This record gives sequence, C-alpha cells and structure tokens, in this order.
Amino acid sequence: MALKLPVPAALRKPSKPGERSNGAGTNGAGTGDGNGKAGSPVVDTVKEGAIDVVGWLDERTGASPFLTGLLLRKVPKGTNWFYTLGSATMFAFAMQALTGVFLAMYYVPSATDAYDSINYLTNDVFLGEFVRGLHKWGATVMVILIFLHMGRTFFFGAYKYPRELNWVIGVVLLILTLVMGLTGYLLPFDQRSYWATIVAMNITGSGPVMGPYLADFLRAGSEFTATTLPRFYAVHMLLVPGLIIALIGAHLYLVVKLGTTAPPWLRADPKPKPLREEVVGPASGNGISGNGRSGNGRSGNGATRADEHDRESS
Amino acid sequence: MAEPADKKRGTNPEKPKPAGYFEGESMTRRTVFGLGVQAAGVLAVTPIALASVGFAIAPIFDTPEEMWEGVGSADDYPSDSYRQAVITIVNGVGDSGKTTVYLRRGSETLDEDPNEFIAISTRCAHLGCPVRFVKAAGNFICPCHGGVYDFEGKVIGGPPVRPLDRFQTRVVGNQLEVGPRYSVTNDLEPVRARDPGEFTGGIWEYLYPPRPTTAAPPS
Repeated sequence: MALKLPVPAALRKPSKPGERSNGAGTNGAGTGDGNGKAGSPVVDTVKEGAIDVVGWLDERTGASPFLTGLLLRKVPKGTNWFYTLGSATMFAFAMQALTGVFLAMYYVPSATDAYDSINYLTNDVFLGEFVRGLHKWGATVMVILIFLHMGRTFFFGAYKYPRELNWVIGVVLLILTLVMGLTGYLLPFDQRSYWATIVAMNITGSGPVMGPYLADFLRAGSEFTATTLPRFYAVHMLLVPGLIIALIGAHLYLVVKLGTTAPPWLRADPKPKPLREEVVGPASGNGISGNGRSGNGRSGNGATRADEHDRESS
Repeated sequence: MAEPADKKRGTNPEKPKPAGYFEGESMTRRTVFGLGVQAAGVLAVTPIALASVGFAIAPIFDTPEEMWEGVGSADDYPSDSYRQAVITIVNGVGDSGKTTVYLRRGSETLDEDPNEFIAISTRCAHLGCPVRFVKAAGNFICPCHGGVYDFEGKVIGGPPVRPLDRFQTRVVGNQLEVGPRYSVTNDLEPVRARDPGEFTGGIWEYLYPPRPTTAAPPS
C-alpha cells in the first residue's frame, strides 16, 4: 500500500467542542493549527501522510474515542506508584506469554524426551538459558506482583462497591496464575518437578468423593501415564492462558468503566460547609455525572454520595 | 417472550400488525424463528462440545489391562526381610513408569501363608513419595514428611493415612510375578487401589470411591 492515503479534509475528524486542540495527540484533528508555521515541505508531507494514515484507520475503526477513553481517562487525586502493580502483573504475564511461545518451539512434551529437550534448549540453543530463565523467574515475579496488587486493592479498600465483581475476577486470575505455576512446574520433568507433581496430584485426590476422579482426570489414569505430561502442557500453554487473557480483558474493562479509587488517606473534606458551597456553585454543571467522581476533583469512594447526603440533611 | 404477543401489539392501534399476525396469537413469527435459530445453534454446538469433553475425560473410565512382570526365582526371596525388585507399572514413559517393590515370602511368625508372597509398594500412603526399607530398624521410612511403617507396612508414625499399598503376586513355574496394585485397610484387608492421602475401610470406602482405572483387589 502507498504510504500516503488521501483523506479529504471534509472527512477528517474535527476536534471535539471544548477540547483543547493540541495537535499531535489527537488523531486526525488539529491539522489546521500549528501547520501555518513555515516548515520544510518534506516534513510537512511526512506529517500529512502520517495523519492521513492514522485518520484512514480511525475513520474505519472508530478507535479514537475508545482509545481516548482508555488512555486519557481521569484518575483520582493521590494516585501513586502502588497503582502500577496491576499493570506490572499484566506485563509480567505478557513476558511469560512471549517467552513461553519461544520455549514451545524447542520443548517436547513427552515423558521420555522432555528432560532432554529442556537440556538442549538450556545449554545448546543461543540465549536459551536466558529465555528459559526469564520464563522461570518471571513466573515467580508474576505471583509476587499479583499478591502485591491484591494487597494494594485490599488495603486501599478498592474492592468495595461497585468494584466487587472486579475483585472476584481478580481472585479467579490469581487462582489461574497459581494453576499456571503448578502445571508449568512439571514440564522440565526432572526429579523435583516429577515428585512435586505427584504430591500435588495426590493432594487433589485426597478431596472426598470427587477428588479421586479429579486426580484420575489430571493424570489420565490411576498412575502417572504417558499422556499426563502432554495434558499438563496443554493446560499450561493453551487452556489457562486463554482464560487468563479473557479475564484480564474483563478486568481492564471494569477498571476503565468504573474508574480507580482514591487512596484511603484522601477523604472528603471534614468541614462540609465550604465544600457544599463549591459544589452548588458553578461546578454543579458537571457535578453529579457518574462513576463516583465528583466534579471538584476530590474524587474517590463515596465522595459524591457523601455530598448528596450532606445536601439532604441540610 | 413468554407474554402474549397481542398484549404488546394488539392493543396498540397505531402500530401496524406484523406479517402473519392473527387475533389471539401467543407468539409472533419473529419469536418462533428466533427460538428456532437458537435451537439450531445449540444443536450444532452440543455434539462438538460433548465430544470434546468426553475426549478429555475418557481416561477416567478406562481400565488398563493387567500387567504381570517376572522378578526372578521365588526361592530367592526370604521371609524375614525384603528384597527389592524394579517393575514397570506404566508403559511408554521411560524410567518414570518404573517403581521399586519390596518383596518377601509369607512369614509364619506373622501368621502368613509361606506359599504366598508379599509385595510392598514404595509409594507412601501420605502423598506418594518413595519410601525405603531400613533393614536395621525393620521399618519403611518416607523421606518427605517422616512417615514410618512397620515390617508389614502398617503405619507406626507420621502423617500417612493407611498402610503401604501392595501388589498382587503369583508364582508361575518357579518364577515370581508381580501384578496390579491394590490398597489395604488398617487390618490389611485388600481393597481397590486408592491414591495416597485417601483413607481405606469403613465409611472411607464411600468417601473415596473406587475408580474404574484400578484393578479389582485379590479376593
């Protein structure tokens, strides 16, 4: 395809009313201002071409409102580094997915060949030790990060209404992450991973009534059989990652939809009077609009509801 | 969907009646076709989904064929101590399909038939680690969590929930052969093989039900 895809100026997306048109940031908009300055014609052409390509894509996907809402959403005052733990966990997962794909190129999920293939990819493949090390230690990092993220959510009270469902999804993600750890542990198929998995499957079997059948399902038989390792491999690289990706999508959707909470040390002003005057005044136009964020930027759990309560009681 | 359609459409004089409408109909044609398409979708997906699930859980119902393996002359096994033998219990998985068995002849001092052979599994009844027989103590000892079993394989210490499993034995000619695994109750009554960590005997036979993947115990 040609680099420059002509889009008539009439089809370009105009900047939204009230939005500060700051040029490069908003897709397709703001071509009019700033370009009046004299610049090199080559630079202008390239700029124009890039804008055209982005505009072409945006017109066909309608992505810019979505991306703006996703990336430029408002966050409460007091948002700090603790709020990055969720993203950190997700990037740890992305690293596991990436390194896992490459490890799968060399790994052989068979009880007789698995150990040799791990040996080969660790010692003979270029950078094999590094990629396997990333995957191995990344698993530990991901578990640590997911627990830190959970602790942040708990201690900041971010699991409360209306975010309970996101907590539930997060707990399922935690369990799935631990399942990844369990199933991945068997794959090197050395003494440690073999016996650790034997113990794990016997713990599964010790659950009453269903346990013995679950253990048989995991092992594909009453003993560790030829299909046990491929079973764990399939769960490890296909089933659980798919579930994790889907649930991360739901988790992020709810984060964007509901917004984040302010840290607990930021509370509504203890003196209600000046606050009420501020809200009732000129700020009332955008005051009540949803998501628990109040108009004056003093956002967070229940700030809006507290304001309403104050108004009712007066 | 369940409410009568004429309640929606019939009482609204401005709205034109849909094609095929008749007085007193309980379902519009659109609803019928909508349900039909959904039913077709369910019909199309169900056999595929059921087949896939059945494919994944089929091994639960699969009874493996009995494997008997010779471990040498029956005369070589004493009645007052154990001798080790290595047998294959799962084919096709290399060394991980092999296990050590402790074998001895029935002891008259323990009220056992001297023509019978006892084959003790090394799979600890706690969580499945490999136990070893310590001759000086006459006990089986598990390295993982400190389970201790006496000469007959009964628990005398640590976390194991039942005696050590056994394997069926038979003598063909003069050759001693080791067969399928079975578990025992605390009184050494044979039952179908259970996984480690599962109690045997009494109500536990129902809480940890026998599975089709295991062989019938010796009678």
